[in-house]
Amino acid sequence: MTPVSDMTSKSTLAPEIAPEISDAIIRVRDITVQFGSTRVLDGLNLDVKRGEILGFVGPSGAGKSVLTRTIIGLVPKVAGHIEVFGVDLDAASTRERRGVERRWGILFQQGALFSSLTVRQNIQFPVREYLNVSQRLLDEIMVAKLGMVGLRPEVADRFPSELSGGMIKRVALARALALDPELVFLDEPTSGLDPIGAGDFDELVRTLQRTLGLTVFMVTHDLDSLYTACDRIAVLGNGKIIAAGSMADMQASQHPWLRSYFHGKRARAVMG
Amino acid sequence: MSGDPTLERIAQGNGLALCAGGSWTARFAPLLEPLVADAEKLTGSRPNIFIDVSQVDKLDTFGAWLIERLRRSLTQGGVEAKIAGLSDNYSSLVDEVRRVKVAPAAGTTSVTITGMLDQVGRSVAGFGTTIVELVDMLGAVLAASGRVLIHPTSFRLTSTVHHLEQVCWRAVPIVGLITFLIGCIIAQQGIFHFRRFGADIFVVDMLGVLVLREIGVLLVAIMVAGRSGSAYTAELGSMKMREEIDALRTMGFDPIEVLILPRMLALVIALPILAFIGAMAALYGGGLVAWLYGGVDPEAFLLRLRDAISIDHFTVGLIKAPVMAAVIGLVACVEGLAVEGSAESLGAHTTSSVVKGIFFVIVMDGVFAIFFASIGM
Repeated sequence: MTPVSDMTSKSTLAPEIAPEISDAIIRVRDITVQFGSTRVLDGLNLDVKRGEILGFVGPSGAGKSVLTRTIIGLVPKVAGHIEVFGVDLDAASTRERRGVERRWGILFQQGALFSSLTVRQNIQFPVREYLNVSQRLLDEIMVAKLGMVGLRPEVADRFPSELSGGMIKRVALARALALDPELVFLDEPTSGLDPIGAGDFDELVRTLQRTLGLTVFMVTHDLDSLYTACDRIAVLGNGKIIAAGSMADMQASQHPWLRSYFHGKRARAVMG
Repeated sequence: MSGDPTLERIAQGNGLALCAGGSWTARFAPLLEPLVADAEKLTGSRPNIFIDVSQVDKLDTFGAWLIERLRRSLTQGGVEAKIAGLSDNYSSLVDEVRRVKVAPAAGTTSVTITGMLDQVGRSVAGFGTTIVELVDMLGAVLAASGRVLIHPTSFRLTSTVHHLEQVCWRAVPIVGLITFLIGCIIAQQGIFHFRRFGADIFVVDMLGVLVLREIGVLLVAIMVAGRSGSAYTAELGSMKMREEIDALRTMGFDPIEVLILPRMLALVIALPILAFIGAMAALYGGGLVAWLYGGVDPEAFLLRLRDAISIDHFTVGLIKAPVMAAVIGLVACVEGLAVEGSAESLGAHTTSSVVKGIFFVIVMDGVFAIFFASIGM
């Protein structure tokens, strides 16, 4: 998918993302979201393919988190419809919705760990609620998940307030992965981490995607993450997707914001 | 859609093949567990066992771990166990779970008599700590007031007025309503019982003394502890949780001066006002009931009231109010600053703020009763 070349004129802002992607795991069509009289998302279209890591970028305040929260169902939309795993979330019954929710995992920006539960209980919580399995298996799975996100089993009995920022992100990821979801939403997973920690996290996402066959929807500001972890990048601006494609497509784009983002000082430092 | 998971046993010479099939995923974990537990009992029956996973349609961490768990327990039982038929896309997952080191399960704490006694002992000793913390906070607040007196420009007027609005102005309707109702009830009960002795008119004495000396201020203090004490604790507690108080401190501000002094001052001003409003509302309610239910007309009520009470009763009530406000404020702020990282801790401290606040208000009321009795007021 190449970004539209003359994206300065408003009418061509939304590139037609091939509507025929048959294995789209998320299908967003004509989403409009409004807070009061401010229109945050304006007829936005987006497809996320099964098994890919989609990086989602855009200027601060462009509505990246709003789109994520709209897909998850935390923000009401004015128009449009959303399909996840082929289920239309508006038409879905409570039962179908729960089925979908069980198949996705979400890493919130601040981790959103339950502060009165230990790491062990946080990770086991969704498993305990959805599956009727023994405490022994719960404990073993918890240790396995902690291992997958690169944490030692010793942290299991700590409370979230006793963890560092990076550990909170990792535990939150472990909780998001607790039920072995097919789709994971990551909201700024590397923000607040040091560059080495952030690099490790990207590597981790990549590894998990390979081992578990995950589809990852990642909102990020981190050029390193885009470069190392993402298969495809979508750019949000003016309430629409202004470009979607590979890193090479992004760098070739002439759009002013894309140019300054992917050719700025920081970008040159990352890409050498 | 792939079907239920299976684990078939097929004899192979002197060995055994365990053929796994179907979906070995989280959804089927409740079915998988007993399957694996059964197979674990095969230890010792055969010298070598193959775990054939080539027929597995879907595998995730749950399935991969249960297969790994089976392999481990068979190996531990002296059987040569091997996993075979693993497809490429699942091999990294199995490698991943192979690295899992299972820690011994955390021991559960059991409830014992000594444990309970231990708890009781700690709570009693904790009461002493509470007193120390309160005195500590009182000292800090007084020191901060001293600094503000020396440098009046550092006084936070806006903040104080804001809290005054929250604590006093917005509390007027509910305080007025509840004290009015209590006044009605006291008068009704008084008339009902005094009527048997033909002493209806003494209900005015009872109402006047009770409301002005005790009920007015005590009731209002309890309501303020529940309404504003809890709000103070929750506000300060959530600021503590989000490190806002640490941020203030590092910017060179004293949290006591910025956050606690305006709150305390607002409460100390508000409670006498509310107590006065409460007492008036209760007297009004009592008078209304005395008139409508007891047939004591308003003129007679007021005449009797003037005889029955002196200014002393009124002063006693109002002197207690600021002291009780200070106690409520101190307890609320101490509890707020004691909140730790979790939501549970916030809840626990807010609860104990209200409970301790009310407790200390009642204790103070008792102390005042003894004091005023001995000085003859």
